[in-house]
Amino acid sequence: MSTASRLGMTAASLLALLLVWQGAALWAASPLLPSPAAVLAAMQRAAEGGALQRNIAITLARVAAAFFIAMAIGSALGIALGRSPRLNELFGPWVIVLLNLPALVVIILCYVWFGLTEAAAITAVSINKIPNVAVTMREGAAALSRDLDEMARVYRFGRWRTLRHVTLPQLVPFFTASARSGLALTWKIVLVVELLGRSNGVGFELQTAFQMFDVATVLAYALAFTVVVQIIEMGLLQPWERWANGWRR
Amino acid sequence: MSAITLDIAEKRYPARTGTPAREIFRDFRLDVAAGEFLVLLGSSGLGKTTLLNIAAGLDDTYRGAVRFGTANPRIAYAFQNPRLLPWRTVLENVALPLGEGMAARTSARRMLEEVGLAELASAYPERLSLGQQRRAALARAFAIEPDVLLMDEPFVSLDQPAAERLRELLRRLLARRPASVMFVTHDPREAVALASRIVLLEGSPATVARDVKVTLGLRERASPALADAFLIRMGIIPRTEPATPRG
Repeated sequence: MSTASRLGMTAASLLALLLVWQGAALWAASPLLPSPAAVLAAMQRAAEGGALQRNIAITLARVAAAFFIAMAIGSALGIALGRSPRLNELFGPWVIVLLNLPALVVIILCYVWFGLTEAAAITAVSINKIPNVAVTMREGAAALSRDLDEMARVYRFGRWRTLRHVTLPQLVPFFTASARSGLALTWKIVLVVELLGRSNGVGFELQTAFQMFDVATVLAYALAFTVVVQIIEMGLLQPWERWANGWRR
Repeated sequence: MSAITLDIAEKRYPARTGTPAREIFRDFRLDVAAGEFLVLLGSSGLGKTTLLNIAAGLDDTYRGAVRFGTANPRIAYAFQNPRLLPWRTVLENVALPLGEGMAARTSARRMLEEVGLAELASAYPERLSLGQQRRAALARAFAIEPDVLLMDEPFVSLDQPAAERLRELLRRLLARRPASVMFVTHDPREAVALASRIVLLEGSPATVARDVKVTLGLRERASPALADAFLIRMGIIPRTEPATPRG
């Protein structure tokens, strides 16, 4: 299918969803299920004073901080575990435990131990994400080509050139996979962290709206934030992936 | 004075699921003279590649020693698969063993011209034919101006004319930059075409069954009939059977 017709299909599909929503809102005729127009109005109200933009920016900053910390620590951990069977035997089970720890437990513990601070919030999100990254990167590091490694040794590439030209390019697909699932997971958890222990950000606004049963504002924030995340996905992640895969046939 | 001395007291592969433990070499010694083109001939599974890996320093799970005529020799290895980095261009693949500066790229470019790949310098290896990839691997090997050149069936799975063109290229490159070569093949005619000395390996653990100097002219090397006559005379292939079929 061509790009144009694919875009057309997506637009038609979204339009259908909008129509279903409008129909349901008319049928329910209740402020608890506002129509698309009401949500748009709520969005405008929130944007007028700059609250919407400010809160989205704050939340995005938290997402970015937690995302980069988790990617860095998770990648290093995963590569180390994938390269060394002994380390993997020692610490592999720790990763499994962390992986299965509910996000909410980590968030509560971080707030209890480190106080209701920004650092505690970002730490909590990072810890939730690190084991996912580590598991994916471990898989990649365990599958590194021995042939190319031998080639680099014979031709005396040394540590740095081997890392940059032989090892890291092999890890790119795994890095992209964990970045993708990572972004989706991170921004969901950031909202929970904000709801539980921060006094700004999208999560906090959602909680306020929830206490007043203001469903229009809840949907307005959710929609605006989803759009921003989609733009980041299409504008940053996908072009980077294309660039990194340029050598493929 | 030998360029390479392989002295292997013992090399064995431990038992794995499905295969019993195997002794590859016991009290094996091989000297390669400086500037010699030594072809290691023998059926597959004898340990020819193992020998190259030991010489290259890639395999150190053996008892024994490898000594070189020059201290800290430059070693190049043309593997059975070209082993190019698929995410780097042909030029980068040839330049990387030399370093990352402009000087490395300049000499890599010159090397690519010599092997006839100048136009493909900025292509990625997967877009190249197998023959072109092998040319690039040769360029990478010669770019470092090696003292020792190890080659593991570097022209296998090419059609006969393409393989012959690559052998011709190898002769030309070696004429300009002499090196001590260990070349592994299972094709006796390829051995005659290139070698200044042929070592035939046999048995398990492997021993040297024949060790012959090859002093034929280019014309005799190129003729299958004359090459076969030589191989039979030296007892490398039996009289009755025809040589390894071509192609």
